[in-house]
Amino acid sequence: MNESSTGRSGFPPAYLDRVGSSFTDFLGVTAPDLLPGRRPIPQIPVGDMAPHGTTIVSVTYDGGVIMGGDRRATMGNLISSRDIEKVYPADSYSVIGIAGAAGIAIEMVRLYQVELEHYEKIEGLTLSLDGKANRLAAMIRGNLGAALQGLAVVPLFAGFDLDAAPGTTPGRIFSYDVTGGNYEERGYAAVGSGSLFAKNSLKKTWRTGLPADAATRTLVEALYDAADDDSATGGPDPVRRLYPIVYRVEAEGAVRLTEAEVAAVADAIIADRAEADRTNSQRGA
Amino acid sequence: MTMPYYASAEQVMRDRSEYARKGISRGRSVAVVTYADGVLFIAENPSSTLHKVSELYDRIGFAAVGRYSEFESLRVAGIRLADVRGYSYNRRDVTGRVIANAYAQTLASVFSEQMKPFEVELCVAEVGDSTENDQLYRLTFDGSIVDEPDFVVMGGQAEAVSGHLREHFHSGLGLSDALEVGVRALSAVSPVTAGSGNGGPAQLTAAQLEVAVLDRRRPKRAFRRITGSALRTLLGDEATPDATADAPATAAHPHAPSVPEPGTPPGLGDPANPDTAGGSGDTDTAATSDD
Repeated sequence: MNESSTGRSGFPPAYLDRVGSSFTDFLGVTAPDLLPGRRPIPQIPVGDMAPHGTTIVSVTYDGGVIMGGDRRATMGNLISSRDIEKVYPADSYSVIGIAGAAGIAIEMVRLYQVELEHYEKIEGLTLSLDGKANRLAAMIRGNLGAALQGLAVVPLFAGFDLDAAPGTTPGRIFSYDVTGGNYEERGYAAVGSGSLFAKNSLKKTWRTGLPADAATRTLVEALYDAADDDSATGGPDPVRRLYPIVYRVEAEGAVRLTEAEVAAVADAIIADRAEADRTNSQRGA
Repeated sequence: MTMPYYASAEQVMRDRSEYARKGISRGRSVAVVTYADGVLFIAENPSSTLHKVSELYDRIGFAAVGRYSEFESLRVAGIRLADVRGYSYNRRDVTGRVIANAYAQTLASVFSEQMKPFEVELCVAEVGDSTENDQLYRLTFDGSIVDEPDFVVMGGQAEAVSGHLREHFHSGLGLSDALEVGVRALSAVSPVTAGSGNGGPAQLTAAQLEVAVLDRRRPKRAFRRITGSALRTLLGDEATPDATADAPATAAHPHAPSVPEPGTPPGLGDPANPDTAGGSGDTDTAATSDD
């Protein structure tokens, strides 16, 4: 924080320049050391020394879009956290989930949240959903150097498109690669180490136009399947009462599903699978 | 090279003050009034896009009169300062006092160092968790800063409006009562209602007003504009013929700031704070519960 900003002569000139509405660009001028992309890049791979977040899944449904993430962070072969939160609201109509180096990713989410709010306060209007997706791509692009040393951040972005044409689905999902490539996904998407298994699960369970509760179930089930096969993805933990974080974005805005709601879905999935397994083994005997 | 005429510092300052005062007094007035659940901004402003009232941060709002280009750049500077502070420390570390101080320093240095002073008057309002903790800072063109209780009036006929408010205002008013008192005070001096004796309108209507609140009951961002049908209902002038005609237009604006419409269940549509989203047992939004 630059102390001269409240110094003897009030605002420094940069504050009074009516140049842009972007918080990131403004920080680049006044306090570049606060930006995640402007730091020296580590010279050796450091991926195993920092916690990494894992699987994020997002699906559309008839009224918008849902995003969920498991609660595990890993550091090499260790589980560094069982209750990390990796899905955040970006603003009232969009959510962001992060996989990759947790420290950088959470900093990026904070910056992104301020970026969207800053634009909104200065312009009096919110960015379009595509505009938001592009701003995020620019942020990821700045992290490429660190990504090559094992500190990659790969987000998943989803939101309710207020400009959606009638008849089209208003929920939209964008995925990214480490170089800042930005791809709109159809229907569902997943990122992180368990994404392969999650997508395979969704391929079988997800359909267009599902109602919210059925879509929530496909999402939690995909996370369950990812946890089944990927050691870095945590499954539902009824002992510690830790369940995936799930956000639903609909016409009224983004809401976080309560723990009880997600627990009910996860418990139903566990019960169904246990039942199916029992039936199977009886048939085998 | 010609020798400049000598002018005493006293004379220079007096000239500048007079210049700034003249510029400000041409504009329409703005009233910032405290009420039971926060702070209410009422501006006489026929434009719906060139705002005189704005959000600065979670609990902090801004109102200004005078030259638009000048207070607009001050508004943007305030938002930048708040966001940089909030980003580098924590959201709770952004206070109205810090922003008001920065404004005071800037206005004072422009006033004393530059040929032309800023022709603006500002109010920085911060809503606390109770009425006693609400703060209203009034900043004038020369950088003076005053911490006012109850209400601040700025602009053309500030004295007359203040006099009117002093008579009718008392602390702890509800939203609709505070709005009524404020609008009546502004209407008493407005040129728009000057012809009320001869059959002209007696009071400013929703179309001539810009109204916003800092509502302490809202979980994170307290600032909310009251526009369109919500404002007409609060003002009690639903009978105007254009009331239904332009209501859908305001409601359906695709990129309205991400503040939920009145009547939205608490938690929905708020840039959610993980601690409160969806789970707060908050009462309904102000516009529906207070009248």
